[in-house]
Amino acid sequence: MSNIGVLIEMDGQEIKASNYGVLTAACSGGNAVALVFTENGEAIKNDLERFGAGKIVTMSATNPVQKAKLMAAVVKEFNLRALLGLSSARGRDLLARCACILDAPLALDAIQIDLADGMVVKSHFSGKTTAIIQLSGDTLHVGLRPNVIEAVEKPVSAELIPFTAETGDSDGLKILEVKKGGTGTIDLTEAEIIITGGRPMDSAENFKILHACAKVLPGAVGASRAAVDAGFAPHSMQVGQTGKTVSPKLYIGCGLSGSVQHFAGMKTSRVIVGINTDKDAPIFGKCDYGIVGDLFEVVPALTEVLNKNR
Amino acid sequence: MGLLIKSKKNIHEKVKGMKIIVCVKHVPDTAANIKVVGDNGFDESVKFVMNPYDEYAVEEAVRTVQQNGGEVVAVSVGKQNAVNTVRSALAVGADRGILVKTDAQFLDSATTALALKAVIEQDGMPDLIFTGKQSVDSEGMQTHYRLAAKMGLPVATDVVAFSMTNGNVVVECEMGGGDREVIEMSRPCVIAATKGLNEPRYPKLPDILKAKKKPLVEMNLDDLGLGTLPESAAVTSLTQVKERGAATMMTGTVKEMVEDLVNRLENDAKVL
Repeated sequence: MSNIGVLIEMDGQEIKASNYGVLTAACSGGNAVALVFTENGEAIKNDLERFGAGKIVTMSATNPVQKAKLMAAVVKEFNLRALLGLSSARGRDLLARCACILDAPLALDAIQIDLADGMVVKSHFSGKTTAIIQLSGDTLHVGLRPNVIEAVEKPVSAELIPFTAETGDSDGLKILEVKKGGTGTIDLTEAEIIITGGRPMDSAENFKILHACAKVLPGAVGASRAAVDAGFAPHSMQVGQTGKTVSPKLYIGCGLSGSVQHFAGMKTSRVIVGINTDKDAPIFGKCDYGIVGDLFEVVPALTEVLNKNR
Repeated sequence: MGLLIKSKKNIHEKVKGMKIIVCVKHVPDTAANIKVVGDNGFDESVKFVMNPYDEYAVEEAVRTVQQNGGEVVAVSVGKQNAVNTVRSALAVGADRGILVKTDAQFLDSATTALALKAVIEQDGMPDLIFTGKQSVDSEGMQTHYRLAAKMGLPVATDVVAFSMTNGNVVVECEMGGGDREVIEMSRPCVIAATKGLNEPRYPKLPDILKAKKKPLVEMNLDDLGLGTLPESAAVTSLTQVKERGAATMMTGTVKEMVEDLVNRLENDAKVL
């Protein structure tokens, strides 16, 4: 069986939960080799073993150019047939840099993968269509949309392999600092539940009712383009064609009309709920559950019911 | 064709200040409904526009040249109609345009990057290259990386802030969860823009008319002499994502509707 690499993303000292689905995808096509940038491999060994990583390759670097060079060296050293990862901001960046070093094929934001045939299904036209992409070349690089593949436990015992290689300089790119968003909330693209506000939110201040609800769900808060353009929320919270593409198990849209562009960014959600004062809003024609009502009454009521149930 | 390019080169040599390349793509309008035709084609009679992320790239390039002097060259690889997107860039301040013509809307990202590299090098090395962070049609999210790698330049993506200090470039990149990474790069480099970088201007009618007189060179992909082209990722089939049907509507008071909803989400849909 061939070796399939998985770039593991850390959140501080912990592994992001969305990595386990990627490990499951890797196990479906061969022996999973985890690639992790960490100083302490022992600390994460148990978690990775539980989801089938037979080898855990630990590396040390902070610059993305040097990280990618190390990854490319691991691909060669362990003769990886494919390198998978999360299609998050960090994952996309490192997979793309590594694919370019190796001149290897790359598909990002994939929602299905068939390693045997080198095929992926990915979003196209911002979610309006999906495309089957045939990848050809030596090491397939694939970034999977978080949460699209359910993690399945596959306990193994792993070998911990610290890895270093000569990476040279960082080719003219230097990280000066990381500015924290300070929201402390879950990253939108990785959230399992998202509650989103549209133009009727009417102010940035009013988003606090969504944050209160998100806290009990628990989930992340999104915004429509109209709300972002009106200055109620930053672009990092925007869902839709010119924002984030998300795929949570539950998506609650508050005061959304249901535009083509917005749906492009969230229509692969498992369950979609619409809340709108207008019973004829297009969103009710293409979601699972609907409530006709004022979001300023419905959302706090929802928070209260959820609180009671917890 | 060779002669034409040579004459453009001479124009460039006279320009003082910075030279900035901005790569733009001609894509279906975001409001367009996409109808799949055959296995992997689509109904191309819909309205096409400049890729939305490229608008931020053009705006930043134009502002940078307005501050520092120089010229902005808009480059596109696409079908003949992509000339309209190059003209759109000229209408909002780019100085001249280059279109590399192909037969296909979907080109392998590595091929697009090779074509861009060839025209950029023919035209003369720029100080900066701006692109969008992804196209909204094929969503490959990699052409800027491929271009940078083939040209041996540093690259940063999802750029929401741009400045220059001591001859270097400093950008802020969106990293998810509201975090931003501040990156310094040597010049030349490739900067892939996203929303939030600036507020793109709308073209005024006189500018649209003036744009028609700005220099625009067209050439064929085949004429670039790229040799055998890679096909590392091919679209073999396109499928429309189905809309779900009408919603199950809750009824009663707000409290009743919300309780009914939570019950259904917990017990029927099992997502809570």
